[in-house]
Amino acid sequence: MQPWASAAEIAAAVAVGTTTAVSVVEAAIERIRERDGIFNSFTAITEERALAKARAIDAARATGRPLGPLAGVPFAVKNLFDIAGLATLAGSKINRQRPPAPADATLIERLEGAGAVLVGALNMGEYAYDFTGENVHHGPSRNPHNTAHMTGGSSGGSGAAVAGGLVPLSLGSDTNGSIRVPASFCGLFGLKPTYGRLSRARTFPFVASLDHVGPLARTARDLALAYDAMQGHDPEDPVCAKRATELTLPSLDRGFGDLRIAVATGYFRAGASADALEAVARGAKALGVTRQIEIPEAARARAAAYVITATEGAALHLDRLRTRAADFEPAIRDRLIAGAIVPAPLVTTAQKFRRWYRAQVLKLFEDVDAILAPTTPFPAPRIGQQTMQLDGREVPLRPNIGIFTQPISFVGLPGVAVPVPLQPLPIGVQIVAAPWREDVALRIAYALEKSGVAAAPRPPQ
Amino acid sequence: MKLEDNGTIDALVDAAARVLALPIEPEWKPAIRANLQITLRLAAVVAEFELPDEAEPAPIFEA
Repeated sequence: MQPWASAAEIAAAVAVGTTTAVSVVEAAIERIRERDGIFNSFTAITEERALAKARAIDAARATGRPLGPLAGVPFAVKNLFDIAGLATLAGSKINRQRPPAPADATLIERLEGAGAVLVGALNMGEYAYDFTGENVHHGPSRNPHNTAHMTGGSSGGSGAAVAGGLVPLSLGSDTNGSIRVPASFCGLFGLKPTYGRLSRARTFPFVASLDHVGPLARTARDLALAYDAMQGHDPEDPVCAKRATELTLPSLDRGFGDLRIAVATGYFRAGASADALEAVARGAKALGVTRQIEIPEAARARAAAYVITATEGAALHLDRLRTRAADFEPAIRDRLIAGAIVPAPLVTTAQKFRRWYRAQVLKLFEDVDAILAPTTPFPAPRIGQQTMQLDGREVPLRPNIGIFTQPISFVGLPGVAVPVPLQPLPIGVQIVAAPWREDVALRIAYALEKSGVAAAPRPPQ
Repeated sequence: MKLEDNGTIDALVDAAARVLALPIEPEWKPAIRANLQITLRLAAVVAEFELPDEAEPAPIFEA
C-alpha cells in the first residue's frame, strides 16, 4: 500500500486482501516515527491498541466476517478527544495532570466501529483558543508544504499529520474555524458539519455555543466516508441533534448541475488577498458560477462570535485562571482574563443578534443551495509572524485568520474547505450549505476535485 | 463605552480581578487591557445594531 493512499483505497485493499490492516497500521506508525520529528503533529502514538485493533480486523476477514467501510484505515485525533487510558490534554500543560480518560470519545468509537484504527493523539493550540497551530508547551505543529510556515489552528496537528502523509484521516474541532483554517493552510479537505450534527461527547470543550467536531482528509470522498460513519444521535452530547443519519456518499458523484451556487461578495472579498480571490475564482469558473450574493451583517456576526468566544471561554477556565494562571500559554491567558471582565449584557446582545442573523442567512438559502467564499484571507504565514500585508495595509495577523470562517460557524452552517493547490502554498475555498445539507457541500467539493481545480497537493519530500 | 481611555479600562480590570479573585501580575496588564479593548470594541459593534425588545437570544441554538 503506497503511503499516500486514501482511506477509501486502503479500506478497499484490506477488504479484498491485497494488503492487511496490520501492515497498513505498522507502516503508518513507522512513518510517524520517521517523519513527525519535523511536523511535530503527534503528542501520543497509541501503538499497542492500534495493532490489537488491526489484528482483529485481519482475523475478522480471515473468518469471512463483514468489514466496515473504513477497515484498516489509520486515523488520529486532536488531543482534546478522550482516548481511553490517556489524559486529555486539549493542548495544555495544566491538563497533563488530569486522570486518564476512562473511555474513548463517541466519534472515535464510531470510526473504529467502521473499521478505522486510532494510531494517536495530535498537537493543537492551547484549549483550542488559537488559529495558528503554535503551542508553547509542545512546540508548534509545522506545515508540511513548508515547515517554516504555520499549519493553522487550532487543529494544527490534524492538518500536519494528514498533509504530511502520516495518516489519511484525522479529527479536529472547529469553534470559529479550527478545522477549516488548517485545511486551508495545509492544503486539505476539511468538513465542519452543521452545529449539533456530530457528537462532541467526551471531547474537552471550549465554547459550548459554537463547538463543532469533524474530519480532515486528502480527498472529498474520504471526508464523506468518515462523516457518514460518525453521524447519528448521541444522548451524551446534549446538543447532538435527534436526527436520522443522512448518508452523503451515495450522492457524492451526482454532479452540481441541479445546484444553485453563488459567490459571497462584500465582506468576503474585502479582506481577501489576491491568492484567496484567485482560488475562489477558479472554483467559480469550474462550476460555471457567475451569481454573487451578499451575506448580510457578516462583519457583525464575526464580532458577536468573538464576544461569545471570549466570554464562554473565560467562564470555562475561570477556576484555572485563579489557581494556575502561570501555567497557561501567556497570550491565551491574557485573552481569557479579558473575556472574564466583559459585562454580561453585551454577551446576551450577541446571542440575540445571533438569532436575528440566523434568520437572515436561512432566507438566503431559499434562493441558493451553496455559497463559495475564501476559507482564509491568505495562505499559511510563517510561524511566529505577527502582521500581514492586506490590500497594501499592514494588519495584525492572528485576529484576521478567522474572519471568513467565523460568520459561518456562528450560525452552525455546514462548510467544507477544499484545497486549491496554488504555488508556493495552497489555500482553501469554503463551500457553505444550508443546515443539514452536508451532502450538497460534499457534492460540490467532489466535483471541484474531479475538475482538477481542487486537490490536496503532496508536499516536497 | 469609554474604550480608548486606558485608565478606565485598567480600573475595570483591577476591580473585576478583585471581585472575581483573579490573580493578575502587573506585567500581564497591558495585554489584558488590549484584549479587553478589542473585545469591547467588537461588542459595541454588535450592540449598536438595533434589535426589538422582543428579540430572543440563542443560547439554546438550532442551526
